[in-house]
Amino acid sequence: MSLLRTSAADLAGVIASGEVSAREVTQAHLDQIQAVDGSVKAFLHVDAEGALAAADAVDARRAAGEALSPLAGVPLAMKDIFTITGMPTTCGSRILEGWSPPYSSTIAEKLRAAGVVVLGKTNMDEFAMGSSTENSGFFTTHNPWDNDRVPGGSGGGSAASLAAFEAPLAIGTDTGGSIRQPASVTGTVGVKPTYGGTSRYGVVAMASSLDTPGPCARTVLDAALLHSVIAGHDPRDSTSIDAPVPDVVGAARAADVTGMRIGVVKELGGEGYQPGVEQRFSEALAVLESLGAEIVEVSCPSFEYALAAYYLIMPSEVSSNLARFDAMRYGLRVGDDGVNSTEEVMNLTRGAGFGAEAKRRIILGTYALSSGYYDAYYGSAQKVRTLIKRDFDAAFARTDVLVSPSTPTTAFRIGERTADPLAMYKADLCTIPSNLAGNCGISVPCGLSPDDGLPVGFQVMAPVMADDRLYRVAAALEAELTKRWGGTLLDHLADSPSGAYLGVGSMR
Amino acid sequence: MTDRLLDYDEALATFDPVLGLEVHVELNTASKMFCGCANVFGGEPNTRTCPVCLGLPGSLPVVNAKAIESAIRVGLALNCTIAPWCRFARKNYFYPDMTKDFQTSQYDEPIAYDGWVDLELDGETYRIEIERAHMEEDAGKLTHAGASGRIGDAEYSLVDYNRAGTPLIEIVTRPITGTGAKAPQVAKAYVAFLRELMLSLGVSDVRMEQGSLRCDANISLRPSSTSPLGLRTETKNVNSLRSIEAALAYEIRRQAAVLSSGGRVTQETRHWHEEGYTTPGRSKEQAEDYRYFPEPDLVPVAPSAAWVEELRATLPELPGIRAARLQAEWGFTDAELQDVVNAGALDLIEATVAAGATPAAARKWWLTELARRANEAGIELAELAITPAQVAAVQALVDAGTVNDKLARQVIDGVLAGEGEPAAVVASRGLVVVSDDGALSAAVDAVIAANPDVAAKIRDGKLQAAGALIGAVMKDLRGQADAARVRELILERLA
Repeated sequence: MSLLRTSAADLAGVIASGEVSAREVTQAHLDQIQAVDGSVKAFLHVDAEGALAAADAVDARRAAGEALSPLAGVPLAMKDIFTITGMPTTCGSRILEGWSPPYSSTIAEKLRAAGVVVLGKTNMDEFAMGSSTENSGFFTTHNPWDNDRVPGGSGGGSAASLAAFEAPLAIGTDTGGSIRQPASVTGTVGVKPTYGGTSRYGVVAMASSLDTPGPCARTVLDAALLHSVIAGHDPRDSTSIDAPVPDVVGAARAADVTGMRIGVVKELGGEGYQPGVEQRFSEALAVLESLGAEIVEVSCPSFEYALAAYYLIMPSEVSSNLARFDAMRYGLRVGDDGVNSTEEVMNLTRGAGFGAEAKRRIILGTYALSSGYYDAYYGSAQKVRTLIKRDFDAAFARTDVLVSPSTPTTAFRIGERTADPLAMYKADLCTIPSNLAGNCGISVPCGLSPDDGLPVGFQVMAPVMADDRLYRVAAALEAELTKRWGGTLLDHLADSPSGAYLGVGSMR
Repeated sequence: MTDRLLDYDEALATFDPVLGLEVHVELNTASKMFCGCANVFGGEPNTRTCPVCLGLPGSLPVVNAKAIESAIRVGLALNCTIAPWCRFARKNYFYPDMTKDFQTSQYDEPIAYDGWVDLELDGETYRIEIERAHMEEDAGKLTHAGASGRIGDAEYSLVDYNRAGTPLIEIVTRPITGTGAKAPQVAKAYVAFLRELMLSLGVSDVRMEQGSLRCDANISLRPSSTSPLGLRTETKNVNSLRSIEAALAYEIRRQAAVLSSGGRVTQETRHWHEEGYTTPGRSKEQAEDYRYFPEPDLVPVAPSAAWVEELRATLPELPGIRAARLQAEWGFTDAELQDVVNAGALDLIEATVAAGATPAAARKWWLTELARRANEAGIELAELAITPAQVAAVQALVDAGTVNDKLARQVIDGVLAGEGEPAAVVASRGLVVVSDDGALSAAVDAVIAANPDVAAKIRDGKLQAAGALIGAVMKDLRGQADAARVRELILERLA
């Protein structure tokens, strides 16, 4: 068996049974990183020593006859926005280069407690601002499907690590689509849970009212298993929801859409959408219908303003959240020559440490919150946010879930949109509404676009704390498509000539 | 200082002052506002910190429920409306004492608003309208190394984040008009009232010298009570009740001089110096834009009406009512009561009276002898190592004639030095007054014999010369004599 191509669920099974040791599984993934990451560039930091030690601890527990948790010994790639002791946290920014947090995020603690093996930290757009990883302060990650294409963003490193078989599991954060859009363009599964369903404690904030940590995987069931490990109420996060975690694993195993009403959002399609994307999306709808779901069309007229509202609310929060990077306590310090004043050192450091997109959003947000402009910009955007919530409420009153393409196009070329921020922002057109409303969404692969042969993602959205419905629908679609294709999209990639550089083709 | 000042009376004859007071009260909750760190004054720098109050990337605040309870109780005691729903807001500005470069505060949705308090001053009642009382967190503490102690020309600065995240309530008045020449006293009386109020609510230690009660005193002048408000200054660093009065009187005189000479008052922050003057700080001509917005990391605070009523039922007898009751019981004049309140001695005197002393005697000890010692030691009256019962016992010794006032002060020395109860100090120090006329007479005779010149003067009718002989006798007897009796004996002999 190929340890690299085995699902997380199955890996956990063979580790628990003793068929394979956690160390062997971890070593296989470290070897794969060694082999392919020079071209994929998914990782900012690999902690081989720590990963092997964590794997050994799992093996020791198993040897001692202790019961193992469902993902014990399974490796995971962590977006570099989660604090975890023993590793640096940079958020893809030069301003935090070299910072090793003295504490771990709640999610990192949960992962470690569950025996999940953290391989390292993955690349991302600086402070999660971008849709391509091109805004990383360090380097751009490449899409395993096409080395010249972006892996999406901001969590492009996490998604690419899955598609390159460097890790079977990853975690990311989704503020406007940073989990779902990379999943869509890499042929992987990405989930934005309900806002408040997963703890933000220890997740470096981009936009506090939108940031949502979530699972990334190659299968829907693996995502569900990871979801159930990282979700749940956290008293250290005031915005965390104090309610039981929906039964996402049960829903993923059920994979049954019989009798479900699925609403197609009229506004998330048409002009600006790649024909191949729309074609695969329509085919997936037909598949769901064939599986017993009822497909209806719904209209969410306020979604038209979602992008505009998002680009006022998010930068406003960014401008405040990123203020603390001021050279006083940690991270980069520039110009401290004994002559410059405190303010000058702050200015020089922020000027040198932040990239162009971070600066753009800080400036936008500072402007939007300024006295005299607050009502027109931030205030109006909050009203739009309320209208978007109402659109969702009305739509969910007559459907169980809503669906759309995950992103309007397949992976674009590296450099293609860097000069045009608006074109870049449009990659999140379909995902942003759920961030503004706080409900949940998933992206699951629905085929390769006939026009360019690249993965297309299918998005399912469900009401607040109805995350189980995402898994029910996505798992049903995944099961049927995998059956029709005779394997997953990534299996095809690994077996194709272009997959050779992933180093997995020969491991069948 | 080079400020030109107008005579105070002249200033008040020409201008009508308008006050505005912002008082910050540090709450005495066990933990900080948004994290579990101990909320204690001082300590080894940066030891009472955690990822949350250090604002480390990724950390999140959680509101201290006890702080909300305290804020509601303060709001109720100030006759405020309690908001059924309110939010925290971020006040954004860059400064090294702010770990997040924003302060979590409240902006347009304070927890309490629209209140009032009535103050009695020299028989007049002044109504102070409270605009709002809101919750916020304190910043860290900067120490600037350099000649001026200011950040601008400091060689380096040290920062201590132990104080960062301490829960604060900021109480803001509406403009206070109609106080005339009494403006500084009204301000002082208001802050003294708040101090008593916080003590009686038990929500703060209110130690001005430690900064747990801080007052920013705003004042402006206008030509008459019907003119629009003038440009104001905000004086900071006013760390005692005395300073509030002095700083405001100074600002009235300074602004009056500026205005009288045809100048314009600069709207600015000013810094009070204990030497008795203010200096300009930050100019507020270009008001800083704090870009307030609702704090997205915290959920709204929504105290139920039932909880608010529960808290209302826990309010103690409020200081104004209590002070009026005690004043009537004790027969103090307004001025006497005011002194007691200002000294923070109401509780102490009440306890001393309860232990058997007369109100006048209790007031005398606490406001003179003990106030002097507390002042010298730089501590609060209540922190002196003497209890109200012991003060009452000292007075009982005086009343019984066992000791005189002078010896009583030595008894107090003994108690403060840890030598035990007053009676024990009297015994161990041998402080009993010599009341045996035989011993007294012998001492008097000896002193007369040793000072024939003085004795002659007294015989000639210069009775004021007796003081020297009395002093000599008291000295011989180590003060342990009744001076009045000594005088009698001297005059008897030299009649």
